[in-house]
Amino acid sequence: MVHWTAEEKQLIASLWSKVNVEECGAEALARLLIVYPWTQRFFDNFGNLSSPTAIIGNPKVRAHGKKVLTSFGEAVKNLDNLKATYAKLSELHCEKLHVDPENFRLLGDILIIVLAAHFTKDFTPACQATWQKLVGVVAHALAYKYH
Amino acid sequence: MLTADDKKLIQQFWEKVTKQSDSLGGEALSRLFLVFPQTKTYFPHFDLHHGSEQISNHGKKVVNALSTAVKSLDNLSHALSDLSDLHAYNLRVDPPCFALQLLAQCIQVVLAVHLGSEYTPEVHAAFDKFLSAVAAVLTEKYR
Repeated sequence: MVHWTAEEKQLIASLWSKVNVEECGAEALARLLIVYPWTQRFFDNFGNLSSPTAIIGNPKVRAHGKKVLTSFGEAVKNLDNLKATYAKLSELHCEKLHVDPENFRLLGDILIIVLAAHFTKDFTPACQATWQKLVGVVAHALAYKYH
Repeated sequence: MLTADDKKLIQQFWEKVTKQSDSLGGEALSRLFLVFPQTKTYFPHFDLHHGSEQISNHGKKVVNALSTAVKSLDNLSHALSDLSDLHAYNLRVDPPCFALQLLAQCIQVVLAVHLGSEYTPEVHAAFDKFLSAVAAVLTEKYR
């Protein structure tokens, strides 16, 4: 089980309370598809992904980004129980979606950069450290049920 | 592969952000050692406390090297040749350049912190590709 200090929990909760889940989620997913174009393979039915502008404006991308980050919110609410929280999603990503877990790490790093661009100076080194830890353990939990 | 647009964005925004601050390298390194403590193993000879002069000076070296790279985007191998020798033969940074990937992440965070909304997806993609290319050059002589 992952250990979180009081300070880490505080840094997570206070930043999360200021995150616009819809905007941030859309941004993070769009950037994943732009910066790492091979990830588009998982979204064949999303329509026009032919350019950064198309991706950013694509309503399916926005909607799915919101879904993904809303799920991330579950992690924030269940820091002490991540494996259980993500058990079903982990099975889904393995058995149905066939996503290489390396992509969870990529999305996590992208989320960090989105947060940094949004919060700028407030995204302190301590904040980054805590959030990199969080995206790392979420990625691990999502990969946990892979077989 | 860096497109012509990527190169323009890299040069434009690198110039902008390095004009804004001369401590970008120090900031990136400080974040690296705090966020990814395993990277400290490459610097046992340094004072790694936050604010250390050694981190600050080394940060400037890193930024200067990247500035050189930014001016030679068409020939990174040649421009970074000496540094490539150093990283491959002396420093022996891990072959999948995992540590350099972590540094690249921290550099991008620092760029995002300083550029805010100007660190658009296009600029982000360009720098991600650039930093990956630099890391690859720095370890290309490994074996």
